[in-house]
Formats: sequence, structure tokens, C-alpha cells
Amino acid sequence: MLRLAPALIIALLVLPVGAGLMMVLLPAFGYLPALGGYGASLAPWQMLFAQPGLGRSVVVSFASGLVSTAVALVIVALFLAASRGTWLDRGIRRLVSPLLAIPHAAIAFGFAFLIAPSGLVARLISPSLTGWESPPDALIINDPWGFSLMAGLVLKEVPFLLLMSLAALPQLAPEKRLLLARSLGYSPTIGWLKTVLPSLYPLIRLPVYAVIAYATSVVDMALILGPKLPPTLSVSILSWFNDPDISHRFMASAAAVLQLGVTVAALLCWWLLEQLIRILTRRWLINGSRQRGEIILRIVGRSALLFSSITALAALVGLGLFSLAGFWRFPEVLPQMLTLDHWQRSGSMLVTPLVNTALIGLVSTALATVLVLATLENEHRQHIQPKRALWLLYLPLLVPQIAFLFGLIVAAESLGIRPQLGLVIAGHLLFVLPYVYLSLAETYRQLDPRWLKVARSLGVSRSSAFWRVRLPLLLAPLLTAFAVGLAVSIGQYLPTQLLGAGRVTTVTTEAVALASGSNRRLIGVWALVQAGLPLIGFMLALGLPRLLGTHRRDLAT
Amino acid sequence: MPNKRNSLGATIAVAMLAFSLPVMANPDPSDWQSVVAEAEGQTVYWNAWGGDTRTNRYIDWVAEQMQAQYGVDVEHVKLDDTGSAVARVLAEKQAGNHTEGSIDLIWINGENFAAMRESDLLFGPFAESLPHFALTNAADNPEVVTDFTLPTEGYESPWGKAQITFFYDSAQTETPPQNMQALLAWANANPGQFSYPRIPDFTGSTFLKQALIELTDQEEALYQPVSESDFEAVTEPLWAYLDALHPHLWRSGRTFPDSGPNLRTLMSDGELSLAFSFYPTDAAVAVMEYELPESVRSYVLEGGTLGNVHFVAIPYNSPHKAGAMVLANFLLSPEAQAQKQSLAMWGDRSVLDIDQLDAETQTLFEQGDRHPSELPADALSNTLPEPHPSWMTALQNAWLERYGVN
Repeated sequence: MLRLAPALIIALLVLPVGAGLMMVLLPAFGYLPALGGYGASLAPWQMLFAQPGLGRSVVVSFASGLVSTAVALVIVALFLAASRGTWLDRGIRRLVSPLLAIPHAAIAFGFAFLIAPSGLVARLISPSLTGWESPPDALIINDPWGFSLMAGLVLKEVPFLLLMSLAALPQLAPEKRLLLARSLGYSPTIGWLKTVLPSLYPLIRLPVYAVIAYATSVVDMALILGPKLPPTLSVSILSWFNDPDISHRFMASAAAVLQLGVTVAALLCWWLLEQLIRILTRRWLINGSRQRGEIILRIVGRSALLFSSITALAALVGLGLFSLAGFWRFPEVLPQMLTLDHWQRSGSMLVTPLVNTALIGLVSTALATVLVLATLENEHRQHIQPKRALWLLYLPLLVPQIAFLFGLIVAAESLGIRPQLGLVIAGHLLFVLPYVYLSLAETYRQLDPRWLKVARSLGVSRSSAFWRVRLPLLLAPLLTAFAVGLAVSIGQYLPTQLLGAGRVTTVTTEAVALASGSNRRLIGVWALVQAGLPLIGFMLALGLPRLLGTHRRDLAT
Repeated sequence: MPNKRNSLGATIAVAMLAFSLPVMANPDPSDWQSVVAEAEGQTVYWNAWGGDTRTNRYIDWVAEQMQAQYGVDVEHVKLDDTGSAVARVLAEKQAGNHTEGSIDLIWINGENFAAMRESDLLFGPFAESLPHFALTNAADNPEVVTDFTLPTEGYESPWGKAQITFFYDSAQTETPPQNMQALLAWANANPGQFSYPRIPDFTGSTFLKQALIELTDQEEALYQPVSESDFEAVTEPLWAYLDALHPHLWRSGRTFPDSGPNLRTLMSDGELSLAFSFYPTDAAVAVMEYELPESVRSYVLEGGTLGNVHFVAIPYNSPHKAGAMVLANFLLSPEAQAQKQSLAMWGDRSVLDIDQLDAETQTLFEQGDRHPSELPADALSNTLPEPHPSWMTALQNAWLERYGVN
């Protein structure tokens, strides 16, 4: 059974993505019999390239992927380089994992309200500093080149990359490297950048690629923060797929293929940049310069991550205020009155979505965790190196959702699989599984093998060593991986909506439907609920090991 | 020989059809008793835009009534864009799912209806056989059987009425603009305080049509398919007008709000001081929900504004057509229409011909005192009919061509 796990995992992930892509590729070249498209044709592409502003859409999608990832990576690297285990550094680290749990859409709504001309920041300084009695007519969010979108993406990418780095760091023994560098006279931040970072980057490369792929094709954040004239490519694709004018579907399929191309191009470009940076920094790494830039790097390293975390938190505070706000005119910093009306009105509508969200999240994450554990345990028992084929695990993270999901529904329909809860769970598994694997694989492989050898030498069977030694030892990372999986599942919009035909409502689908009504008070309520669920997951993940730990210690005595 | 085989095939086909009829046949709305009987126990998936909690709350109420009165379970599938439901039915047809569709009823009108009719995605005709349909008095109220100039031909059943209504903050503006030229002058004097939703949003597209009706000198051309007239010549005054208006709009016309409801939010933030909505009661509701100040007032342009009827339709592959028809019929009942119209519930106007109802039923529709932010009762008499749906698409494309890239 165990031996089948890797193959099963890969089939589960690759087949749907492949089928979805196929059903998008065919109509992109004119084949869609139900709509009278029988032959090969380039008409969809001609129509696509005739769309006004297509070039700009592509550029913004491409650039926001690269720029936001680069900025987030620099912030994380400098923070790790500059942090010294002080209470502040530890505090920031603790702050970060809950931020990872907050869905993109919730952060985007809060961030938009923070920086808008009538937003929280403008209110704080008005009219005292600015003299503004009414909001200035300034184009900040939805700016044509997507800067606010990039900023919003950075807020969400930083916690992810930081968590991935923290997971990978222990195997590099950074303290030893740093000690050596310091003994040679390197100042700490420079020393870290020169001795640890070059070994760390290869370990987090895959998560970085996933971030690029995500950022080039993100839909929900781009809808809220991104440019409008024209929107990003992914947002245009969504509106074309939803266009009642049926000829748009062929074009939308072509655009989905183009999106895949844009993402691949961004990944390639990043890879080239990697090579370039490697060549350019080769001299710097060995030039023996020990101090230069230390102070500025240290300051930037500590403040940038702190700033991005505080911004994300402030965004949530803004949402919270709105969910309680009565009438709230500019430039008042606080609402004229607070009311529970918005929460009360939403109360009864929350029940079904909450139950569904929990059910889908728990089942898909549990399945994913079991499959990942089976694969890793198989790897361990067969004494095999992680297969290269396991790269395929990341396919759902590297192929943009918007490029294959619409095709996937057609494929499922053709097989007679109707939209339903089961299909939604399977769809979530596609995205949850790679993240669970990402979060768990390294720690699993790093677990000191001597523990298991001791267990076996005491006559314990393999499987019982797994259950009684390995799992308890890995409880903390296991729960963190579970929480990450839950958070990923809770944040999914498109897969839930498309694979459930809208019948399976989750907190996220309801929040998005309500968001189209633009009532910011209700958006505040739903975004907070949406953010609160994964937070509970993370708190349980952090708290449970301690509870269980004491329990076990008591047993021992 | 081929002939013979064909007739044999036909015989077999007919025999099979006859054999499978009891299961396969669509319910016949003229035999209402059997429709109601068949509907009992069905679950109707009603796909309707879910951006407004008041609409959602009304639909919840409808679901309760349907369960209590007919034993039909109504599930509201909340959409953020009705086009996605059209796309879903299309995807099902594409995959050969002709009987087990996932949508039983869609809240729809205009271009979405036109698109579904064109691709033969709707079940019907059924609407005019619904028992309550007579209450709309369609003979005197042609708008309940006409959707953007297209005859509905029984493929959708009327549900409610909308009309473009402007609103402004009377504490800041004393005399709001009453026509398009006055709007331009007002925007000039109050830069950055007015905008319209980004095309192709339907409220934004409606603003284009509203402006076009007033500005063009070939108004009658708008009620024919766009292909029958010289688009450039008809729309030339509109583009000249927008070229003049855009620099004075919010963000100098470099970006536009997302949607109709977004205008209201921007007004609530103090960014806009004049806005409009498709729902005449929108401003009053927003005041009640703390979104807008109490000094907000509603009005209709002096030459009238565009109005339309919104409908419900049944996809051709719905597996619960009987339940969907019973629901559509219930939505037309005086009881449901009166609930819908009350400001406390939703505030959406009735499609029934209220004067034709008996006196007792009429009392259902009596409202309490008018909310100060609401329109005066007679203000909505001046309704302009919607142009042919092809104009909407043509205007959207031309707008995106001109202003889609800034």
C-alpha cells in the first residue's frame, strides 16, 4: 500500500491539472463542439490580440509577479540576516505565522481601506496635518501599473517565505556558520548573508517559484487592489469566461493559455536573474569585505519586516472597525457610533458556510496529510532519495488556477461527475496537498534516525515505531502543516465556486459574493470571520503540542 | 434501403421516447395541479446575485414560505456575477449534460437573457401559463413581457422593477443636475465628485445608454438591432460628451468604480457627492444601514431615466423544472410581491398591476410613511424603455476601445 502512495499522489495532482489544461487548449484553438467550434482556428487568438490594453495587462501581471516576489524575498532575507534572537525578533516571528493564515482577499480589503485617499492613514493625519476636509482625489489603489497590488502581495508573501525559510534553516546549522564568520571578523549581518543565504536559497527555491506563479495569476487581490483600465490578465480572463457573449469563451481559453505563458515566462526570467545574481555576487562573496553596509542592512532588515507585519495587522484593525461602524464620515478617525447590527444580520447566514468550510478544510487537509505521510514514510523505508518526479507535486502551485480550472469543470462534466461537495474537496486537495508537503517534508527527513533505530532495537515493529516514536516526535511540525493546509483550503475561492457550482457555500464564497455589493461593513464582518478560522487553526497547532506534551510528561513520571 | 432503415430507426426512437416519457418529459405548466404535485419534495437551486444582504434576506423568507406552502426546498446559490451562471449552463451543454443541470432558476435580464435565448439554453415557454401571471396585466404593462426590447415569449417570468435613480447629499449640494448637460456643468464645478461604474459593469453601461438617449438625435435607432443603423453617427454625441466629462470625474476618469454599489460606498467615504443606483430605494436603505448620511435625497432626471424589469428563467437542463415554476409563480403572488416592496424587507418595486387587484389585496402594498431619503411616490412615472440589447454590447466595446487603456 505504502509503495503506491507516491504514484497515487502524483496521479491525484497531475491528472486533473492535465485534463483541465487540455480542455482549455482545445477551445483556444477553436475546438468546442457544443458552441459550434469544430475545426482548428486561430480566430480566438486574433480576437484576443485585438483586445484593447492586452499588452499592458500582460506586462502588469508579469511585473507584479516578479517585483512583489523580489521585494518579499529581500525583506525576509534581510530580516533573517539582521535578527539576533532578541525578544523583538522572536515577537515578530510569532506574529508572522498567524499572518500567513489570513486569506489574501481579507488582507486586500483591509489594505485598500488603509491606503485609500479616504482610508485610515489619511484619516489619522487629517485635517490636522493635511488640512483635508474631504478626501483628496488621488489615484492610489487601482493604480494603472499595479503598485498597490504589488504592495498587497508583498504583505502576504513575506510571512509565507519567512515560514518556509525558518523551516529549512535548522538543517544548515546557521549558528555554526555564523560563529565561524564572526571569528574571522565578519559583522553579523554581512556574515549571515555571505555564509548562510547562498545555502538557504536553493532550499526555498520551490516556494519562491510557487509565489511567482501565484502572484502573476492572482485573481482576488487583483480584483480589489489591481489596475482597472485595463485589469490584470487573470481578472480579464475571469470576466471573459463569465461573459454571456458566447464567442468570448474561445477567447478566454486562448487568454488562459496566454496566462500560462506569462507565468512560465516570469519563472524563466527569475531563473535567469538567479544566474545573473550568482555571477555578479561571486566576487562580493569572497572579496573579504567584512563590515561594509552592516548598519544599513541591519536597520532595513529589522524595520522592513516589522513594517510589513504592522501594515497587515493595521489592515485587519480597519476591517474590525468597519464591521462595528455606524455612520463614519471622512475625516473622522473613529465611527460616530459602534453597532453590532452588521454582525447580528450576518449571524444566521454564517452557519451553513461555516460548517461547509470546516468540513471541506478538515477532510481535504486530513487526506493530504495522510498521503504526504505515506509518501514520506515510504521514502524512508525504501531508503530512497526524494524522487525527481515529486516535483510534479508542485504542478498545481505552478500552473495558474485560472488556466486550468475552467477546463477542469468541462472535463469533470464530460465524465458525468456533477458538481458536489466531494468534487470540491478533491479540488481543494490539489492545492492543500503541495503545501502540506512543502511544510512537512524537510522536517520529516531531518528527524534524527537514531530515535527510530533505538525503537527498532527494542523490538518494536516498523509501523509501531512510526506511530509511537515518529509521529509524537513530529507532532509540532505535523500540526503546523495541518494548520497551513487548513488555511490554504479556507482561502480557496475559484475551485470552491466552480467545482461546487456555487451550491457548496463556504465563508470565502459568501464573502466574495457579498463583496460584489460593496457594503464595507458586511465585508468587514465576513473578512474577519474568514481570517478568524485559520487563526484558530494556528493557535490550536501552537497550543496542542504543549498540552499533549505535559500530558506525556505526566505519564512518564 | 436507407429509407427503410431510417423509418425503422424513427420508429424505435419514437417507441423509446414514448417509453421514457414519464421520466423525461418536462412538466406542463398548463396542468398546474400536476406541476405543484411534482414540485413537492424537490430542491430548487436558485442562482441569484448575492451582493446585497437585503435581497438575500428576502430570498431566505421566500425559501421558508416555499417550504411551508409547497414542500419545495429552495437553495439560494449566491452569485457575484450572473454571467457566471450563464457560463455554467453553457459548460454543461458543452459537456453533454442535458438533463442534470446544476441550476434550476436564474435571476436574469437583458444581455444575459438574450445570450441564453440565442444559444437555446432556456426552458419554456412557461411564464405566461403561471397562475399568478395574470395579475401583472401584461396587456397594459408590456414591460413585463419585454426584456431590453426583446419579447420574452414566456421564457422568463417577471419578478421586480428597477429604474435609474440619482442621489446626492443635500447638505452639500442644493440643486443637483437634472439632465446630462447640467451634469457636465455640475461636474465641472465640483471636480472629482461624480463617476460611473467601469464598463462592462451593467450599471455603468446603463449610464452610457441613459446619456446616449438624451444626447443623440436618432433615438429611435436605439430600439432596433445596432446593425441596422450607423453606430458612429448615432453615438458620436455621446463620445464627445464623455470626452468633455471624463476630466472632471473622480480620479479624473483615470480609473472608475467597480460596480453600482461601489458608487454608494465611495459616497459614504465622502469621495463622491452625487451618485446613482438601479434601485430606487437604495439611498434610503443605505441611510438606514448607516452607510449614508441622513441628508441624502433621491431624484430622477427631469427627462426620465431608464427602467427595466428583472426576471427569473429556468435553464433547459434543470432537473427540477416543476419546483422552479412553482417558485416563479410564488414570486408573483401578491403576498411575495408586497413583502419584496416593503422597505423593511427589500424595497424592490412590484411587477403586479396593483390598481387591478381587489381592495383587500391592495392593502398589502400600503407602506407606512415615506423615508425622507426615498423618492416621492410619483417620481418613477417617467420611465425610459431599455434599448435593444445589441446596443449594450456595442457601446461596451466602443467604450473599452476608447477609454479602456489609460
